[in-house]
Amino acid sequence: MTSTITLNDYLIVSGLLFALGIAGIIIRRNALVIYMALEMNLNAANLALIAFSKFNKLVEGQILVFFIIAIAAAEVAVGLAIIVALYRRKQSVSVDELTTMRL
Amino acid sequence: MNHLIYMYGTDWGMGRFPICSVWILLFTPLVATALITLFTKEHKGLSAALSIGAILLSFALSLRLFLLFALKGIQHEPHPFQWLVIGNSVRIEFGMTTDALALLMLLVVTGVGSAIHIYSLGYMKGDPGFSRFFACMSLFTFSMLGIVISSNFIQIFIFWELVGLSSYLLIGYWFEKPSAAEAGKKAFLTTRIGDVGMMLGILLLWSHAHTFEFTELKAKLPSLDLSIGTLALIGALIFMGAVGKSAQVPLHVWLPDAMEGPTPVSALIHAATMVAAGVYMLCRVSWLILPSETAMWLIAWIGGITALMAATIAIAQNDIKRILAYSTLSQLGYMVMAVGLGGPTQAMFHLTTHAFFKALLFLGAGSVIIALHHEQDIWKMGGLRKKMPITFWTFLIATLALAGVPPLSGFYSKDEILLLAYEHNQVLFVMAVAAAFLTAYYMGREVFVVFFGKSRDHHLYDHAHESPWVMTLPLMFLALLSIIGGWYSKVPDFLGPPHLAEHHSLLLTGGLILVPLFGFLVAAKIYWKTDPSDAPVKAALGKLWTWIENKYYFDELYAWIIKYVQGTIATICDVFDRWILQRLGIGGLSVGTGLIGRTVRLLQTGSISGYAFFFGLGATLIIYYVVVR
Repeated sequence: MTSTITLNDYLIVSGLLFALGIAGIIIRRNALVIYMALEMNLNAANLALIAFSKFNKLVEGQILVFFIIAIAAAEVAVGLAIIVALYRRKQSVSVDELTTMRL
Repeated sequence: MNHLIYMYGTDWGMGRFPICSVWILLFTPLVATALITLFTKEHKGLSAALSIGAILLSFALSLRLFLLFALKGIQHEPHPFQWLVIGNSVRIEFGMTTDALALLMLLVVTGVGSAIHIYSLGYMKGDPGFSRFFACMSLFTFSMLGIVISSNFIQIFIFWELVGLSSYLLIGYWFEKPSAAEAGKKAFLTTRIGDVGMMLGILLLWSHAHTFEFTELKAKLPSLDLSIGTLALIGALIFMGAVGKSAQVPLHVWLPDAMEGPTPVSALIHAATMVAAGVYMLCRVSWLILPSETAMWLIAWIGGITALMAATIAIAQNDIKRILAYSTLSQLGYMVMAVGLGGPTQAMFHLTTHAFFKALLFLGAGSVIIALHHEQDIWKMGGLRKKMPITFWTFLIATLALAGVPPLSGFYSKDEILLLAYEHNQVLFVMAVAAAFLTAYYMGREVFVVFFGKSRDHHLYDHAHESPWVMTLPLMFLALLSIIGGWYSKVPDFLGPPHLAEHHSLLLTGGLILVPLFGFLVAAKIYWKTDPSDAPVKAALGKLWTWIENKYYFDELYAWIIKYVQGTIATICDVFDRWILQRLGIGGLSVGTGLIGRTVRLLQTGSISGYAFFFGLGATLIIYYVVVR
């Protein structure tokens, strides 16, 4: 039995990766780790897009992925800067302590 | 001025000059008002000159038009101009009516008005608002002239309201006095009640006939096939306007209070203008009222009741001007009754003569008031006959004319109305005769108390003096008119059907002559002594006197109605506004929004994991919903 990798397989991996990312965001307390989990979500989406692009013989998916990578890079720059600033202020990056805007 | 007129036409005898002259005679007083208020407020003499000049010019032009019509039969009706068009159905013109009725009224308004304007020069001397007074007088004249020459209902209504406005300004002329300000307000609001009815009548008529023009309506009316009820309703509603303006029962309460204005204003309102407007309007649209028996009946009875009731109130008044005010009410009642009995001609005749002698009476009273330094209580006067001979004699002439003593003008016109009543309605005839008797009686009382006997306030008496010539000259002019006003028996003919006086027995006419004489005799018996008082009458009338003295409690009744009925409605509206609209509507919205906001804010826990969880849950649900469904 020759095993070929189908679109479904890619999508299942992508879905698992996304679920993993969400779980990371929900469970973890450290802002930096939440950030990494977020990146995982983005890459899950990238994977799905590439898979669609490959199997449907369309180039748009890849173009979109480039955009996502570029934007993610920018976002990381900003996000990390925010986290650094937060740390300087609070001496902590735990999201449990960032509740000053609550009622 | 002539140059300007001639520019518009070469055929100045009968061509366009008369047309222009109607426009000029209407708008000159308005121009005077504008000039006075804008430019000459500081120059009292110039203001008065403008105002008097304007009305004299109007008078001259009216006289010319009248004579052209009366002697040569030339009538000029300027072409109306389209003023307002709404859609295809509503077309309002600004036209000019110059028929016999309008010409006669123009003459009365401008003639009597001129005398009053000149008289004001003396009466208002030294008043701080001198210029404002003359501006308002000119505005009043303009409004009244507008009513007279109106050719459609909308136009007459606009000028009608303008008269209301200018009367408000003039009655409340001494606005720093609370009573005067109140009186102005009362006059304005009371007449407004009638005006609402009049407007409804006009609209109702329009909804059937689709035109406002008098001439078109008159021609169209028979072919409209209006039901008796509709005709009666239209007649009654339009009559409501006259009830307000001509101060008929039950809207008469504003007129005695209007005495708060300066005396020339009282003369103007009571003789030539405002109150005459109602009667004039009824005569103008008599073709509308005549077909409806019910409307005629209503008008006749309201007039009759007003005539008698006002005459009884007049016998118990102590203010020299208030007696005259109630007398005016009574005489207006006669005129309205005449219209209701199918005699607009007689009504106009009486209106004309009444304008002469009533203006004279008011101006005479004003002369007395000025001489006594604004004292109006007749019981503080007395013996003024020798001090003020011209005022006395002219006042006496007017009194006799008002009472209807031949051969003065009042006799002819009042006789016509009494005979008309005799022919149509015996009950009204008896009421009218009773009112005629009372007229002579209360006027006799006023004359005897004010001019005869001995003076009751020596300080006032010693300072009393005859008025200056600017005041006595108009008195003499009006006295002349009061004497000869009725002689021109062609006046009624001039307006329409011949008068009736000749057809009746000598006995009836003779009897009617005796009525005022009898009234004077009774008055003389009671009041022609050195120290007269109301005591014998008071004793004879008993409880009735209290009623009369309090004007049948009309003011109290209205105060009660306003307090309880109108007050209750106001309270309900207030509660609705304050509690339903404000608290429940607006307040409810704001409180509700606040509550919802407060509740929803609880969801903001500040826990990022929580947000992420709900976000994930939501996203999953949406995907599930989209994919599975």
